[in-house]
Amino acid sequence: MKRLSLTLALCLTGSATLAAEVAPKDVQYNEDGAVAASLTGQPGDAASGAVIAGTKSLGNCVACHQVTALADVPFHGEIGPSLDGAGDRWTEAELRGLMTNAKMTFEGTMMPAFYKVEGFIRPGAAYTGKAPTEALTPILTAQEIEDVIAFIATLKEE
Amino acid sequence: MNYKALTAIAVALSLPLSAYADADDDTLVLNEEETLVTKTAAPAHLSDVMDEVMSGWHFRSDETQALQMDDFENPAMVFVDKAFDAWETVEGTEEKSCASCHDDVEESMAGVRAVYPKWNEQAGEVRTLAMQVNDCRENQMGAKPWKYTGGDMTAMEALISVQSRGMPVNVAIDGPVQSMWEQGKEMYYARTGQLELSCANCHEDSYGLMIRADHLSQGQINGFPTYRLKNAKLNNVHARFKGCVRDTRAETYKPGSSDFVALELYVASRGNGLAVEGPSVRN
Repeated sequence: MKRLSLTLALCLTGSATLAAEVAPKDVQYNEDGAVAASLTGQPGDAASGAVIAGTKSLGNCVACHQVTALADVPFHGEIGPSLDGAGDRWTEAELRGLMTNAKMTFEGTMMPAFYKVEGFIRPGAAYTGKAPTEALTPILTAQEIEDVIAFIATLKEE
Repeated sequence: MNYKALTAIAVALSLPLSAYADADDDTLVLNEEETLVTKTAAPAHLSDVMDEVMSGWHFRSDETQALQMDDFENPAMVFVDKAFDAWETVEGTEEKSCASCHDDVEESMAGVRAVYPKWNEQAGEVRTLAMQVNDCRENQMGAKPWKYTGGDMTAMEALISVQSRGMPVNVAIDGPVQSMWEQGKEMYYARTGQLELSCANCHEDSYGLMIRADHLSQGQINGFPTYRLKNAKLNNVHARFKGCVRDTRAETYKPGSSDFVALELYVASRGNGLAVEGPSVRN
């Protein structure tokens, strides 16, 4: 019985943490596409954000953006603007809007929405090419997005 | 001074940029004999979006380009030889080979690749080359159809493409194919999958740029089937489409489906005027 209540307590704590997280459908954009409220209520970890930005299976920001701070990661794309100095050009709320769904800031931008789970044409189950069998999850989690925002905020003009 | 030294400096300075090069200006000369048209004025239906169409050959490294310039170096030619044997092999209940009806492939198939996909009046449908091959196998030879993206099929497509090499792609877009062409065009601009990427995002708006380590081309299909160094085999158009759509985190269409036939018709027509190159060599 004790163990059961302990498990129950843990479950409740777990859902309490989840409840504090903003779900993809609940993200509030202002008229310019910025998102003021943190998705997690927790500060992001810039070091973790750097890893996410440079990892193909995670954010893979370098697929399209050049980032001098990630010079150790090979092959930076050139489709989007360089992220050098992005921490000076954008506020945290603007960066959060760009990360969750950049189309709210720049209509028609090629940049994928990293925190969106509906409204797609023929979405698949990740990169399998098959139809999804369960509800879609965002490309990055709320905390991963906060981490990337924290990392980009460190990219200052020299 | 030393013009040479200056050049050396210039070359050294420009080296870091070479990884981000635009389409190059090289000339595709086949077997030191025939110059192929790899850049030309965009067909009229593209005049709003681009001036010039370019073969994917221009977006590849010199080494990869060279492989396609000499048939003895082109790894796809092994498969062409294989298909040449298949051309003369009797199969099926009717005891026929391709040659039974079409005789010499070099004569009967000259110009065929250049106009596919095309309308088949009898069947009342748009057909790709692969569909036509399988129709022959099933209904003329009484043989089993080949897998749409399989090795037998891609090799036969390569053999047939070789007979049109150097001829301009000339796919019809009006008349009975028009509605399917419109469908293909819509698909080309549809932003599919969780990444919400259309063909146009990469191959119309961003060609010449790097996406990670890949140099984006115009996505022209005049070189198909293509031998990819990446998977060391011949790939036909629908197999490549499938990979691209999958990479947008989308549910793909099936190779041979009418959806991909429509897309192939439209994409082929974007290359009208470029030389047939198949089988080409790409990354």
